[in-house]
Amino acid sequence: MSVFDESGAVAHVSPGRSTDVAVVPPVGPPGEGMRRFVGPGVVFALFVGFWYFTHHVLMSDARKFLVPPPHHVLNDAFFTWDIPRGTGGSRTGGGLSRNLEGLWSSTQVAALGLLIAILIGLALATAMSQAKWVENAFYPFLVALQAMPILAFVPLIGALFGFDFWSRVLVCIMIALFPIVANTLFGLISVERGYHELMNLHGASRWTKLRKLQYPAAMPSIFTGLQISAGLSVVGAVVGDFFFRQGEPGIGRLINTYQNSNETEQMYGAVIMSALLGIAVFLGFGILGRRVVSHWHETRNA
Amino acid sequence: MSGDQPLPVDASAAPDTGAAPVGHALEFSNLSMVFPDGTHALDDISLSVDRGEFVTLVGPSGCGKSTLLRIASGLEHHTAGECRVDRDSIGYVFQDATLFPWRTVRRNVELIAELHGVDAKSMAPKVDESLELVGLKEHETKYPKQLSGGMKMRASLARSLVLQPDVFLFDEPFGALDEISRERLNDELLALFKAKDFAGLFITHSIAEAVFLSTRVLVMSARPGRIIADYDVPFAYPREHDIRYDAAFAELSGKISHDLRGAHE
Repeated sequence: MSVFDESGAVAHVSPGRSTDVAVVPPVGPPGEGMRRFVGPGVVFALFVGFWYFTHHVLMSDARKFLVPPPHHVLNDAFFTWDIPRGTGGSRTGGGLSRNLEGLWSSTQVAALGLLIAILIGLALATAMSQAKWVENAFYPFLVALQAMPILAFVPLIGALFGFDFWSRVLVCIMIALFPIVANTLFGLISVERGYHELMNLHGASRWTKLRKLQYPAAMPSIFTGLQISAGLSVVGAVVGDFFFRQGEPGIGRLINTYQNSNETEQMYGAVIMSALLGIAVFLGFGILGRRVVSHWHETRNA
Repeated sequence: MSGDQPLPVDASAAPDTGAAPVGHALEFSNLSMVFPDGTHALDDISLSVDRGEFVTLVGPSGCGKSTLLRIASGLEHHTAGECRVDRDSIGYVFQDATLFPWRTVRRNVELIAELHGVDAKSMAPKVDESLELVGLKEHETKYPKQLSGGMKMRASLARSLVLQPDVFLFDEPFGALDEISRERLNDELLALFKAKDFAGLFITHSIAEAVFLSTRVLVMSARPGRIIADYDVPFAYPREHDIRYDAAFAELSGKISHDLRGAHE
């Protein structure tokens, strides 16, 4: 119908080209950039302090190994590349290289699960936006899927699909699907009536309206959903990995192994690492979303 | 989603009016409209608008003015009488500018041409002309959030101008603007009207705006809307801004105002 590609037009415009604009985003006083890190910094320092306090004061000597001090965790799990099995009485070995391998395996699971969740989620939300009966038919079950404790489901998934890679991916899909569907659907059906009428006046088909109106209008909502789901898919990968003990070990299985052999430095290291992955993915999608919509979307411009 | 489909309609009562008309650019004859919920919106409206005519409807809120425009454009269907207009040659300017915020001004102006399958090569000069007519050429790379209310309305006008429609429907397009912007856009709209010689059907709540723009002003009654008064506006074009303070202008405005007060009762 048209030679113009909606998504291309949105993506190639960088925020930097708005030099001649009438509306200039507000610029804060100098130093504001640093000041926004003060709050989180203080909370983080309190957290680390509490950690040391727990180790030194709350734990009896016999139990101190359960909460090793942070610098031991950093040293053994991040600053030591490889601790071979048996070194210094370690039953599992450890070190950064091993944890990174586990993290990479989990990242693959999370990425694939998220990708499939995005494809299913967008398709489902589109279908639901086009016909109320589709929405009515699917929505209760999506809510149920969201409300169901995924842990309760994991043994069944294992029994049905085995304990390998694809079962872990399935857990990721199940946990990441709902936010994508819910936010995309909200975006698609929230387009004001006047815009639909404009399109109807000029004979636009449903598909044309989706492509030229509803998908672009829904972009801010879609990215909100993606951001939530991306974080959840990492959770899904770790949880799935924790339970399914075949195939390549992911970070979840490492956590489990370390825990069973009381390698608590390594265990905390692995937990931190999986948290870092989740945070990185969350921030990454946030930045991507802003790049795509901030040049036109009003509230994202702050 | 509710806006996707026009209201269900009895096809026998609303004959297809898509064909090119002979005679008037836009014509309603004995047209009535009753909504499915029983609301009687319009009653026995007969009205024709030719190219070079600019007809303005004034009337109480809810009297069916907008419904009449929506019927002309095909967004609603009347239940009796006839509406004759070439639906492929209508420009419709809404009260909201309804610009797509993710498109630049230029890409917004291209939208309607795109929807009508105009190819990229022949589109560019049409878009340039429209943008120049409304004075937005130098702002074509801006996004709607960077525009003032008046500039948004101009962009909306430019979008409707691209296909050079014979009939223009204006649903209170300047109602949300401040007085100065509104008068400036009135001047520009008149310039456009003389340049393009379209048939205009305009809705407003401002009597001054109605008299200033129009060749003819019609007063409608409260629901069900009927035409209760019909004034030819005698002033020649081009109309200068200060015509608004002319005695004849004031006299005509006073008559319309009087009729309007009657319509509210």
